[in-house]
Amino acid sequence: MERAQINSNPSPLGGSRWGAADYKKGQPRWCPGCGDHFFLASLHKAMAEIGVAPHETAVISGIGCSSRLPHYMATYGMNTIHGRAAAIATGCKVANPNLAVWQVSGDGDGLAIGGNHFIHANRRNINLNMILLNNRIYGLTKGQYSPTSPRGFVSKSSPYGTVEDPFRPAELCFGARGHFFARAVATDAPGTVEVLKAAYNHQGASVCEILQNCVIFNNGTHDAVYSKEGRTKNAIYLKHGEKMLFGENNEWGIVQEGFGVKAVKLGEDGSTEGQSAEGQVFHKCYTEADVLVHDAKCEDNTLQLKLAEMEWPVALGVIRDVEAPTYDDCVWQQIEEVKAAKKYHNFAELLETNDIWEVK
Amino acid sequence: MEIKEKESVVVRFSGDSGDGMQLAGNIFSTVSATVGNSISTFPDYPADIRAPQGSLTGVSGFQVHIGAGQVYTPGDQCDVLVAMNAAALKTQYRFAKPDAAIIIDTDSFGPKDLEKAQFQTEDYLGEMGIDPDRVIACPLTTMVKDCLKDSGMDVKSISKCRNMFALGLVCWLFDRDLDIAFTFLREKFAKKPEVAEANIKVIQAGYDYGHNTHSSVANVYRVETKNKVPGRYMDITGNKATAYGFIAAAEKAGLKLFLGSYPITPATDVLHELSKHKSLGVITVQCEDEIAGCASAVGASYGGALAVTSTSGPGICLKSEAMNLAVIMELPLVVLDVQRGGPATGLPTKSEQTDLLQALFGRNGESPMPVVAAASPTDCFEMAYAASKIALEHMTPVILMTDAFVANGSGAFKLPDLKQYPAINPPYVPEELKGSWTPYMRNESGVRYWAVPGREGFEHILGGLEKDDKTGAISTNPENHDLMTRKRQAKIDAIPVPDLEVLGDKDDAELLIVGFGGTYGHLHAAMDELRAQGKKVALAHFRYINPLPKNTAEVLRRYPKVVVAEQNMGQLAGWLRMKIDGFVPMQYNEVKGQPFKVSELVEALSPLLTSPMGEEQ
Repeated sequence: MERAQINSNPSPLGGSRWGAADYKKGQPRWCPGCGDHFFLASLHKAMAEIGVAPHETAVISGIGCSSRLPHYMATYGMNTIHGRAAAIATGCKVANPNLAVWQVSGDGDGLAIGGNHFIHANRRNINLNMILLNNRIYGLTKGQYSPTSPRGFVSKSSPYGTVEDPFRPAELCFGARGHFFARAVATDAPGTVEVLKAAYNHQGASVCEILQNCVIFNNGTHDAVYSKEGRTKNAIYLKHGEKMLFGENNEWGIVQEGFGVKAVKLGEDGSTEGQSAEGQVFHKCYTEADVLVHDAKCEDNTLQLKLAEMEWPVALGVIRDVEAPTYDDCVWQQIEEVKAAKKYHNFAELLETNDIWEVK
Repeated sequence: MEIKEKESVVVRFSGDSGDGMQLAGNIFSTVSATVGNSISTFPDYPADIRAPQGSLTGVSGFQVHIGAGQVYTPGDQCDVLVAMNAAALKTQYRFAKPDAAIIIDTDSFGPKDLEKAQFQTEDYLGEMGIDPDRVIACPLTTMVKDCLKDSGMDVKSISKCRNMFALGLVCWLFDRDLDIAFTFLREKFAKKPEVAEANIKVIQAGYDYGHNTHSSVANVYRVETKNKVPGRYMDITGNKATAYGFIAAAEKAGLKLFLGSYPITPATDVLHELSKHKSLGVITVQCEDEIAGCASAVGASYGGALAVTSTSGPGICLKSEAMNLAVIMELPLVVLDVQRGGPATGLPTKSEQTDLLQALFGRNGESPMPVVAAASPTDCFEMAYAASKIALEHMTPVILMTDAFVANGSGAFKLPDLKQYPAINPPYVPEELKGSWTPYMRNESGVRYWAVPGREGFEHILGGLEKDDKTGAISTNPENHDLMTRKRQAKIDAIPVPDLEVLGDKDDAELLIVGFGGTYGHLHAAMDELRAQGKKVALAHFRYINPLPKNTAEVLRRYPKVVVAEQNMGQLAGWLRMKIDGFVPMQYNEVKGQPFKVSELVEALSPLLTSPMGEEQ
């Protein structure tokens, strides 16, 4: 489908006239060491690089620690009510399509109380940049388990461990027919800026899961990937069109196995292919040739989901980025089409479309 | 043949849901309105979508009240009942006056039809106690088939024209000019002229049948026209008028109209209506739930649109948190509550006024919100316009209350000239405040300025947390919260609303009837009837409920007796008692899910009044 021109995000021509400081306001009140500080700095930087003016940007959040974020933005925005950010952002974007709309939620705001709006924003494919700051805990209410806390998680509201399974955000996004999913670690500024820019450039609902640490109530939840060294060992940066290699010297790769994917050490891990005529077991090691090439643009999300759900290594970067008609474009396109097809265009003309009689 | 001159006549068309009773009723009311009668209509739908054909639960009715002077209600009971089948006669006869004429299709009173309608014998008239002399019994189906046998139409299409035969009969009964009906049909079926012509043929056949067969037995009624207001008119339901009011207000204000909604009876027709008018730039979003309906509207309002969310009582429960967000963010929003029977799912297709206190108080915190209510189907237009104007000019969510009765009922709507309507001027932040502006800076009316995203230099963050009056930053300062609470209240209290009007014997009434919203017609008709008996009665009907009109206390204290009549347990009475020191009215309360009956009101109110000339009754 050809994209309607009336509703593309305003894109800068050439370099941005804005710096990160132009998006920055006030003194954040998050706990020292909170992952939100890191994310906020990356968001300011990403916005400056994207170059949409602060007055053409709206940042809309719900309630929770991370939802305080709009107060630290020099853009337009709202810090609204618990769980409703996606719905409020939807109305804002449809009514004012020239705005670049960012929606910021935590795991409780976005996936528990706001779960319904999260899935429907994805299904509708409205052009929102949806940030999910996932620390797997309720911080503002002081330490209850969240819908992303693992089974058995001990918290103030689950002193004997939870007896329920968590959501996996990518799975929820894909299940709702989401077309964009990316992941970054809050402490990884370049990685975060990159996914934020990709999310902006994607037309439609784009979900960025930001792995973020809560120093007070869930410290260490993302330890495996929170440091640069950790990410080298335990994460893979996915890039569309590139081999899925990771490790200090790219000695690891992701290969397909059966209906799934797995990480293998190249030149060491291998598979039994069969026996030679002499009865000798023929052993073949995985080489770079076996490593999958990432395809974020593939409409079928099966392998993207497998990647998103890997526990080791943790997949970072843009996992899925598929073009599809956006809701807001289509709403305005339909209005234009109906305007062209119908003969009434104001209230007085509307009245005349009815059965009218005259009393003399 | 006797010709009865009547002030007003009520006709009720009834049949299976698929029998086209609404169309027949609509044409009849249009034909009558065209000659200058006043009209009021009300459809009565079954709760089931498609109950089995001929069954008691599948009957739908459409009542039309036509009058020489003003008619205010669709009428308590009908003078003519059209019953297209046995089930319709069985269920609808209770709406007929004792001397009503009954039109039935005898072809739909066979053994099976009678069994489905739970008649015990073949003497259905006897069972119902109906005098056969009052019945126009006509083999309607046979006659329609006969009339269209050369049309080439299939049996099903032919049978769909039965309603037009009934209409023809009724037109004969009321001496109506068929040409108007023919014009109506030719316009309605402009793309299917063969359908129009078939219908026209059947109407003529029905009319001729009446003329030839029954001219000796039945009355012909004549409703003359008085007090004609010249002009161009259309028939409009309350829900459609509400939608038109929003469209008109958006156009006047120069804003996009945004509706966020979720289907709910009896409000859904507003979503349907607005969804049609994309050529006017109307944006409608059918949301995932009621919450998102309101939340998306709040977002659209922030984005600079005239934002509306439409629902009924259960939806208000879900929207209340987002409504409150609009209160504290001081953003314009119109919340439409088409009231139905409650609590919970209650009576979804029936009408009540039981959400008033919910509208006034159903939110956490000190959360004042203007509340207005439409008095009739056509008044829905005026009040939707007024609600939008208040919301936009005072930067506040406004609740517009209608109910199932006015929403589904219709009346003759004199085409409004938008030029005659007051301007709508939202308080956009003046450009010269750039640099010094903060989000809660107010104009001389105490209203926060509106800075729509996209304007450079007015970037700001709103939110559900209390804000500092001066800086707009989050504040938990106790003095500031108290101040902001008072400013939000003062802003609502200062909204100018028209004075409360007193109708009837305003100078010397013994009794003042007080009501609000959709009961206006019934209360007015009851007052008229009491006054016709020589009694001194007045009516004060509220359309603006919060803030109350400035003269409210003065009006309510002016009369010796005051009765607040409402379709709830006394919610308006309670609100008035809260707002007016020492005011203790009498109450008339009914919660049946049905409109008031004028006769019952008259009966209840009469004992409160002395008879004319001081006689004891």
